[in-house]
Amino acid sequence: MRLDSVSGARRFKGALFHVLCLASVIVACLFLFALLGILVKDGVQGLDVKFFTRSGSSFASRAGVKSALVGSLWVVCITILASVPVGVATAIFLEELAPKKNRWISLIQTNINNLAGVPSIVYGLLGLAVFVRMFDLGRSILAGGLTMALLVLPLIIVVTQEAIKAVPPSLREGALALGATRWQTIRSQVLPSARGNIVTGVILAVSRAIGETAPLIVVGAVSYIGRVPSGVMSKFTVLPIQIFDWTLHPKEDFKRLAASAILVLLALLLSLNGIALLIRSRSIRRTA
Amino acid sequence: MPRTCALLALPIGALFVMALGCGDGASKGSGISGEIVMDGSSTVGPILAAAAELFQEENPNTEATVAMSGTSGGFKKLVAGEADIVGASRPVKPEEIEQLKEAGIEFIEVPVAMDGLTVVVNKSNTWARSLTLDELRRIWEPGSKVTSWSQVRPGFPDEPIKLFGAGTDSGTFDYFTLAVVGKEKASRDDYTPSEDDNVLVAGVKGELGGLAYFGYSYFESNKDSLASVAIQGESGTVAPSYAAILDGTYTPLSRPLLVYVNKRAYETKPQVRALLSHLFEHNDEIVKLACYVPLGAEAVKLAQSRLQKKRTGSMFHGTQAGISMRDLLDAEKD
Repeated sequence: MRLDSVSGARRFKGALFHVLCLASVIVACLFLFALLGILVKDGVQGLDVKFFTRSGSSFASRAGVKSALVGSLWVVCITILASVPVGVATAIFLEELAPKKNRWISLIQTNINNLAGVPSIVYGLLGLAVFVRMFDLGRSILAGGLTMALLVLPLIIVVTQEAIKAVPPSLREGALALGATRWQTIRSQVLPSARGNIVTGVILAVSRAIGETAPLIVVGAVSYIGRVPSGVMSKFTVLPIQIFDWTLHPKEDFKRLAASAILVLLALLLSLNGIALLIRSRSIRRTA
Repeated sequence: MPRTCALLALPIGALFVMALGCGDGASKGSGISGEIVMDGSSTVGPILAAAAELFQEENPNTEATVAMSGTSGGFKKLVAGEADIVGASRPVKPEEIEQLKEAGIEFIEVPVAMDGLTVVVNKSNTWARSLTLDELRRIWEPGSKVTSWSQVRPGFPDEPIKLFGAGTDSGTFDYFTLAVVGKEKASRDDYTPSEDDNVLVAGVKGELGGLAYFGYSYFESNKDSLASVAIQGESGTVAPSYAAILDGTYTPLSRPLLVYVNKRAYETKPQVRALLSHLFEHNDEIVKLACYVPLGAEAVKLAQSRLQKKRTGSMFHGTQAGISMRDLLDAEKD
C-alpha cells in the first residue's frame, strides 16, 4: 500500500520532468521560428543578385551586402589561418608532450580555460593596443582577423584537447610498442582519430568569429566603405556591423535590408555548421 | 586524412577566391586620389557616409571610410592622429581641447547640419500637443513624481504617463537633459532607455500615455503614427519643422551637428579638401539624404569661409543648450 503511493509520486515526478523538458523545447523552437518567420517575410524579397553586387549606400535602393560579405570572408580567412595552427599545436603540446603534474603547465591550463570566458570587447581593446597601434597594422583586415584569432584561440585549444583526450590510450601504446617515435605516434595515430572532433570545434569557433561585432568596432572596422577590400591591409566592414547600421536607420526600407542581410549571415553560419556535421559524420563512419 | 583536408580546404579556398576576385580595380576618373578617414558620432555618421558616397561617384580613385565610434571616441581618434574628419553631436569639451593641444593637433570646427530633438506622443493623445519647458522639466527632472498626465497640467486626463528616452551614453541624452532640466545628465531614471531610436518609436506607438524624445529624422519617418509636441515658450508655441529648426525659433531643442577637421590633413591632403568642399557645395542634398536639416545658404558660407581661412579652435565654450545657427553666424562676425 505504502509502496504503491510512493511509486505513484515518483512516477508523477518523472512525468512532470518529461513535460517540463518538452515545454522548454517547444518554447525555444517557437521563438526561433517566430524570429525566422519575421526575417523571411521582411527579408526574402530583397535577396536578389543586386543585393550581392552592391555595397553600403545612403540610398536604400542602391544598397547591398557586397563589401560587408567580402569583409567578413577576409576576416574569417585570417582568423582560421592564424588560430588553427597555433591552437592545435598548443593542444598537442599540452596533452601529449608536456610533463604532467607540472605547476607551470597547470597554470597555463587554468589560464586558457579562463580566457575562454573573457568578454569579447576585452579582446577588441587588446587588438587595438597590440595589433593596430604597437605593430602599426592600422585599422586593417589583418588587425581585425588576428584579434578574432585571439578570441577563438582558447576555444580551439580546449576543443582540440578534448578531442585528443578521447583517443584511446591503446592506440598510442600500440604505436610506441611497435617502435614509433612520439612524433610518428601523434601524426599517424592520435591526430587522424581526433580529426573529426577537432574540425567540428574549429568550425564552431569560426562561426562565433563571424557573428562577433564588438571587438571589430573597437579595432576600427568602419560603418561605411565605398570600395570592396582588396587585400589584408585594406579597411573593412563586416556583416554584423552592416546589419546593426541598417537597423538603426530611421527609414523603413533599411530595416528590410537588415532583414535580408541577417538571412545572408544565417545562411553563411548554417553552411559552416553543415560542413562541420558532414566532416564529423564521415570521420565517425571511418573510425567505426 | 587527405580527403577530409580537401573537404575543409574547399570552402576556405572558395572564400579566398571570392575575396580576391571581388576587389574593385581602380578605375579612371578625376585626378584626386588617396584615403579619407572619418570617424565620430553615430548621429553625424550618416551625413559623412552620404558625402563619401556621392564624392566617390565623382572621384572613384579616392577611398573614403566612415567609422562610428561615438563623439568621444571620435575625438580620441583625432588626438591620436588616426582620423582626418570627425563628426560630433556636441561641441568639443575643454578637456578634449587640452588633449588635442598636448598632442600638437590643430583642428578646424565647422557646422554641417542642424538637428531638432523632437518630443513625441501617441497619435491618439489629443491633449498634449504642446507643452511648456517647465512642464517637460517637471516630467523629466531627477526624482520626478509625475506618473500621470493629470499631474502635468490641470485638465489633462488621468492617463498613466509612460516615458521613453535616450540611453545615458548618448550625446542626445546629454543635450536633452541640459536643455530641459538645466544640467547635463540630470534625468529621472525610471523610464525606458534605448540607444536604438526605433525602439523608442515602437514604444510610443504602443502606449496611449507614451512620451519620448529623439532626433527629428525619426519623427519625420514616423509622422503617420506619432504626433510631435510643440514647445510653448515666451515668444509663442513652435512645433518642430525643417524651417523652425533652421531659423532657430524651435529652441532650445535645436542643435547644430558639427565636424572637426584635422588642420594638417586639410593642408596636406587634397582629397580631404575636395571632400569637404563637395560636402558644403551639396549640403542640401547630402544632409537630406541622411534625414537631417540642411544648413541653408548663409551657414554654408560660414562653414566654407572657416575652412578657407583655416580658422582653428572652437566657437563654443563646452556644451551649451539652445544654440541657433543665427548665434553661430553672429559669433563669427565678432
